[in-house]
Amino acid sequence: MPAIIDTIQGRRAEDHRPWPRLIVTPDTWRKVAEEIAAGNATLLGLWGDAAASCTVHMAFIERDSNNIAVVSLECPDETFPSVGALHPPAIRLERAIHSLYGVVPVGAPDQRPWLDLGFWGVQHPLGARTPTPDVRPAYPFLPVEGESLHQIPVGPVHAGIIEPGHFRFTASGETVVRLEERLGYTHKGIESLMAGALIERAARLAARTSGDSTVAYGIAFAHAVEAALQMKAPPRAQYLRALMAELERLANHFGDIDAICNDASFSLMHAHCGILRELVLRAAETCFGHRLMMDRVIPGGVATDLHHDGVMFLKNALQHFRRRFPRLVELYDNTASLQDRTASTGIVGVELARQFGAPGYVGRASGRDFDARKTPGYAPYDEVDFAVPVLTAGDVNARIWVRIREVEQSLALIEQLIERLPNGSIATALAGGAGEGLGFAESFRGDVLVSVRLDGARIVCCHLRDPSWFQWPLLEAAIEGNIVADFPLCNKSFNCSYSGHDL
Amino acid sequence: MRRTLFESLTHRPLTEAPPRIGDKVLGELASRFDRAARRWLGRSLSIREVDAGSCNGCELEINALNNAFYDLERFGLRFVASPRHADVLLVTGPVTKNMREALERTYNATPDPKWVVAVGDCAFDGGIFAGSYAVTGGVSNVVPVDLHVRGCPPSPNEILKGLIALLEQASKKAGIP
Repeated sequence: MPAIIDTIQGRRAEDHRPWPRLIVTPDTWRKVAEEIAAGNATLLGLWGDAAASCTVHMAFIERDSNNIAVVSLECPDETFPSVGALHPPAIRLERAIHSLYGVVPVGAPDQRPWLDLGFWGVQHPLGARTPTPDVRPAYPFLPVEGESLHQIPVGPVHAGIIEPGHFRFTASGETVVRLEERLGYTHKGIESLMAGALIERAARLAARTSGDSTVAYGIAFAHAVEAALQMKAPPRAQYLRALMAELERLANHFGDIDAICNDASFSLMHAHCGILRELVLRAAETCFGHRLMMDRVIPGGVATDLHHDGVMFLKNALQHFRRRFPRLVELYDNTASLQDRTASTGIVGVELARQFGAPGYVGRASGRDFDARKTPGYAPYDEVDFAVPVLTAGDVNARIWVRIREVEQSLALIEQLIERLPNGSIATALAGGAGEGLGFAESFRGDVLVSVRLDGARIVCCHLRDPSWFQWPLLEAAIEGNIVADFPLCNKSFNCSYSGHDL
Repeated sequence: MRRTLFESLTHRPLTEAPPRIGDKVLGELASRFDRAARRWLGRSLSIREVDAGSCNGCELEINALNNAFYDLERFGLRFVASPRHADVLLVTGPVTKNMREALERTYNATPDPKWVVAVGDCAFDGGIFAGSYAVTGGVSNVVPVDLHVRGCPPSPNEILKGLIALLEQASKKAGIP
C-alpha cells in the first residue's frame, strides 16, 4: 500500500519541520480522515489556528511506515468537513475547535460546546470574540433511558486533592450504565497567552500546561522550537533532559501506584510508594535545584547543569530504589484482597485503544506499543537500551503492571544516562528566524505533541496536545458495567490531566 | 508483607521529627505550631483543598504533605473531603472563570470561622496566566484571602510554614496573646 502522504495532494508549507505539512482541499482533508477512520493511520492531533486566516490542522502517523504528517485546511467560510463524523476520537477536539475558534465542523455528530462553560464573557475567544449571551444555556447531558436509573453528579470540586472536573454518572443500582465527563474547568487560555509571547515566556507557559509533566512539556516545546529554527541542543543537554524526564516518570509512576493502592484502601503500598516518590523529588532538587524540575528544560538546551555531586547522589538513590521497589512489587502481587479490586476492573479493549491511539500506560496496558521515545524517537534515546512494556488485559491491574515495568526501565535508563553523560555545553543560543516546528516528548502519561510557529523571537501560535485528549474518552468506556465504588480506582489508573486537557 | 511491616516496627520512622538536629526548618515549625494551635484550635485544623485551575503542580506538593516525611496529621492538620467540615480552604490556581462560581460556592459552604490560604504564584495574582480571557487573576479577586504562600510550586515545607503563620495571625485577630 502506498504511503498516505504520497497519495495526497497539496501545497507544501516550506518552513514546516521536521515532518511535512500540506495545505489541502476539503476533499483531500476528508480522504485523510477516511484513512484514519479505516485504521491506516492514527490521529495525533487536530487543532485550530487563528493566526493564518482561519485554518485547521490535523496531524497523523501512518500505521505501516510510521510516517508523520500534518494536513491543513484553510476555511474562509469558517467551516470544515468533520473528522469526528468518521472517527469518534476527533469529536472532542472538534468541539474544542468550534468553542475556541468558532470554526464549525460540518456533519459533526456532537455540536455541544467543549471547554467553554459559558463564563468567559466572550465566545470563540481565539476567533471572532463575540460576547457571551446574557443567559447561559443549560448544558444538555447525553440522554439515558431505562427503568430504575439514577444519576450521580460529581464535581467540579472533588473530595480529594485533585483537579476539578465534572462527572455525571448514571447508575442502575451499583452498576455504572454511563459516565459522561464535562471538562474545561481549568481552562486558562494558554494558547491565547502563547500568541505573541517571547520564546522564553512561552517555554514557561508550556512548562505549566500540566505540572506533573513539566519536564516532558519542556522537552516537547523545545523540540518544536529547535525544529522550527533548524538547530539542535548540545549532546550533554539532550542527556540531561532525558535524565530529568526519567526522574519525572519515576516520581509520577511511584505516585500513581501509591494513589491507586490507596483508593483500594491498601495503605501500606500508599505509604511506601509515597516515600519513594518523595525521594525522587529530593533527588531532583539536589541534582537540578527544583523538586519538579520546572523551567530546567529550555529551547536550545537546559537551564541548569547537573549538580557536581549529582552522579553520586543519583547512584545512591538508584541503589535504594532497586532494593526497596521489588519488595513492594512482591507485596502488590501477593495481596489477594488488593488484586481482587484491580484485576478485571475497568477494562479498555485492545481495539478501542488502537482506535483512539491511546497514549502511555492506558494504551500499553491494552496492546498498543506506541512510545514517542522510540517512534518517532529523539535523542538520546537512540543511544540507550530500553524496552516498552506492553500488556493486553487492559484492566486496572495491567495499568499498574505497565507502570511497574516502566519504573524498572527508567531505573536502567538513568543508570545508562549517567554512565554515558557527555561533557560539553548545556545550551546553544537560539538562532533567529521564522519557521514552523512539530515536537514530541513521551511524558509519564503518554506522548505530548507541540506545534509552534515562530517569527523572530516571538511565537505566532502554539498548540499543545496533552495525551489525556485520547485517554479521557476511554475512561468513560472503561467504567461502563463496573460498580460506582470502583470509579476512583479506574480514574487513578488513568490519571488523566485536567489542566493539560483544558489548556 | 510481614517482612515490610516488621521492618517498619524495628526501624526508626522516616518522619522528620520536629526536634531532630540538622533539620532546623521542620523543628522550628513544629514547636511554633504546637503552641499556636493548642491555644486557638485545640490542636486541630481541618483543611479543604480547592484547585481553582492550577497546573496541578501545587496539588503534587500539597499531596506530599501527607507522606511519611512531612506527616501533616501529627500537627493536628488534616485534609477533609467536604468544605462543610473545613476550617481552612487551601486554594490553588489563578481561579479560572470556569471555576469562579465553584470556588464561591465552596467558600459559602464552609462554616465560620474560616480562613483562606492561597497557595502558589498564580493563586496570588494569576501568575503567568494573568491577563488571559479565561482567568480572574488570583484568589483574592473572588474570596477574601488570609494568607498567600508564594512559589511555583511552593515546597511542602513552605506550605506548612504558611499554615502556621495563618494560625498565629488568627490567634492575633481573636485577641489571644
